[in-house]
Parts: sequence; C-alpha cells; structure tokens
Amino acid sequence: MRTIDELVAESPAFDGLTNEQLELIAGCARNVGFEAGERMFREGDPADTFYLVRKGRVGLSTHAPARGSIVIETLDPGEIVGWSWIFPPYVWHFDARAVDDVRAVAFDGACLRGKCETDHALGYELMRRFAGVMIDRLLHTRLRLLDLYGRDGDS
Amino acid sequence: MAATATADAPARGPMTPVPYRVVSRAPETADTWTLLLEPLAEPVVPAPGQFNMLYAFGVGEVPISTSAAPDQSGILVHTIRDVGAVSHALVGSRPETVIGVRGPYGTAWPLEEARGRDLVIVAGGIGLAPLRPAVYHALEHREDFASVCVMVGARTPQELLFVRELEDWRGRFDVDLDVTVDSARGDWHGRVGVVTQLVPRAPFDPATAVAFVCGPELMMTFSARALIGRGMPKESVYVSMERNMRCGLGHCGHCQLGPTLICRDGPVYRFDEMERLMEVREL
Repeated sequence: MRTIDELVAESPAFDGLTNEQLELIAGCARNVGFEAGERMFREGDPADTFYLVRKGRVGLSTHAPARGSIVIETLDPGEIVGWSWIFPPYVWHFDARAVDDVRAVAFDGACLRGKCETDHALGYELMRRFAGVMIDRLLHTRLRLLDLYGRDGDS
Repeated sequence: MAATATADAPARGPMTPVPYRVVSRAPETADTWTLLLEPLAEPVVPAPGQFNMLYAFGVGEVPISTSAAPDQSGILVHTIRDVGAVSHALVGSRPETVIGVRGPYGTAWPLEEARGRDLVIVAGGIGLAPLRPAVYHALEHREDFASVCVMVGARTPQELLFVRELEDWRGRFDVDLDVTVDSARGDWHGRVGVVTQLVPRAPFDPATAVAFVCGPELMMTFSARALIGRGMPKESVYVSMERNMRCGLGHCGHCQLGPTLICRDGPVYRFDEMERLMEVREL
C-alpha cells in the first residue's frame, strides 16, 4: 500500500515541487473513500478541502429547479477536484458526488493556505498549478459553449 | 435471338438514381433515424466514409454517408438527422416507400493506411454515423490493427447514437471505447466533458497511430488539435468534410471549398490538406 507521501510525490499535479514542499503538502493530506452516490461536498458550503482522485469517478453537479441534479463535469483518476479552497470566499460553487466508489487523497485547504502564507514559494507553486487546473476547466467550458456537436450553421 | 437484359437496358446515367425500397426505419434519437434500404436494381456499394445522394421523390436530394457497409443482399444503411425538408421526408419514409439512390461518391476512410497501426476514431454527434462502418471494419479485421480506440462525444446521453453498439464495443477487450457528453442528469454514470478531453488519456501511440475524425467542423478542428497536441503528425489525422453537395460528381461546384470539390476530392481529407482551408473565414 502506498503512503500519502508517495501518492503526493507521484501525482503529476505536484510534479516539479521540491521534496520539502511535497512533505509540507503531504502533511495536510489523508486518504478518504466515498461510496457510489455519496456526496463529497455541497454547493455553498465552506471549501476547506480539495481532492486528488485515485480511483473512481467524481461528478460535479448543480441542482436546477424542476430538472433535478445536472452533472456539468466528471473527474477521473489523476485529476484534482476543487479549487475553491485557494480563492476567497472559500465556498464550493458546485456539488461533488461519487459517481462510483471513489478513493482519493483529501487535502486540508485551510492547513495548506496557512503554509502558503508563511512559504510564498510554495504558495506560488500551488497557485500556478491550480491556475492551470482552472484554465483547463475554462477551456473545456468554452468548448461546450461552442456546442461542438451542433450542426454546422446552427446558431 | 433474344437480346440480354444488359444489352437492351439503357446505360444508367450518372444523375439517374437507383430505386431502393425502405425495409425499415428505426429511431436513434429524437431527430435521427436509421433507414435500411433494399435495392430494386443494381445496387450501389459504398466503402466506409463514402456517401450516397438520397432522393425523396418530389422533394429533393441530399448527401448522406453510409452508416454500415452493405450486406450481401445489397441492403444500404443510412442514418439521417431530420434537419430540413428532404431529410424530413427521408426519415419519415415508411417501409415499402421507394426512394432514389445515386452513388457511391467521394473518398473513403483510409483503412489500408491504418493496417498494422493504432487506429483512433473520434466522433462527435451525428459524426459517429459515417465512422461506424470504419469501426465495424476494424472489429471484423481486428488483427489488422494494433490498438483500436473509439472516442465519442454528444450533447447529452439522449443524443448518443447507436447506444446498443456502444455497449457492445464497451464490453470488448480489444477495443477502448470512451464516451462523454456535455451535460447530463444525475442518473448518468458516464463521463461529462468535451470529446477533446478524452484524447490525452486514450491508449494509443501518437507517433504511429492513424486517426479518423468526424463531426461538425468545430469539433473536428479542436479534436485534430488535441490529437496533434498529443504528438500525432498532421498527416496521420483524417477528417470528413461536409458542404452543400448537389451533383456528387464534381460538376456543379456547390461544394467547392477553395481549390477542392468536397464531393469529388473528399469528403475524407488528410487534416494537413484541409487545415488551412478550414481556417479561412471567407470560405
């Protein structure tokens, strides 16, 4: 079984960090599991955690009146769930639910924010990485706004 | 001496449709139907990726790619989205209705070029229909290819084509199928995201793979970029273009795109031949 330190060090999300920085991050991490259908966090709640998915699929969703739960993105092993912990007001913008049984590494966002405040090099690296996650998500959202599968000529 | 039928029959002109009888029509989605067409004269035999001109008598003609290879009895399979007067008449054709078929026209998916290499298929929306014959071919000649990766994107789960086939392909160990939709209700257990997100994780060797991409032009552009971003040479990526094809013979010029006529030189093109034209806003 892999230790938290190993899981953090092997993740592409933290590729390029120094051993000291990896240790700081791993110090705020723990293994977690969610059963299929279980809610991981809820829209509007304090965002004090983010997850590195190890196994299973996570769905980000929102609730639409008369339409129920609408899944707007799924995240698979190796992907980061949650960037709201790093930006004020530190609240979740969407719900997250385990689509199937999920194993993940959970990171204590408040703990990491504290470390980033005292170690700006670590803060910069994490901000750079999470900006990358946000840019990816923004690009994917824009592609969906383009309605890629709509008929050529559709408005 | 009795003359043979062949000698007596006037040669069929290139604009003369072959009569086909609708055998069945089956819904794929709310606006897309698959027609099985039985030949009433010498059948047309399209290769994967080619198209036929389908004539709803009294209404008009539209180009439609085949969505399965013809069987031994010459049954044609066309999957048609109801988007205009002619396609509306075609998808509404009841069994026993006779429609006209001209073809086959255009270029086919270069399956021979993909022999011995990884085959990557990226389909968006209705684009899965022209690619399905290529997938069938790859599955029937599985030993001819290294890995076979099929990536499919649609707006919603309800707009996915060929759901039964997708389930079959998912159950096979020799095909990697990945499906994603733009958004879904909570009971959807598959991926939600755009089809380009599937490319980085698909198990193929970008240096040697051949990719066939079909869907609306925007989808093909971004998918081709994702494949090239993964390391594929542009020369190994093929796209299937769609324009307003009328004659199918390269005579009328309706489908001209810069120096090329899609009906004659396409619809399947190498991406490096088409990329610059796809970027010209005036075209």
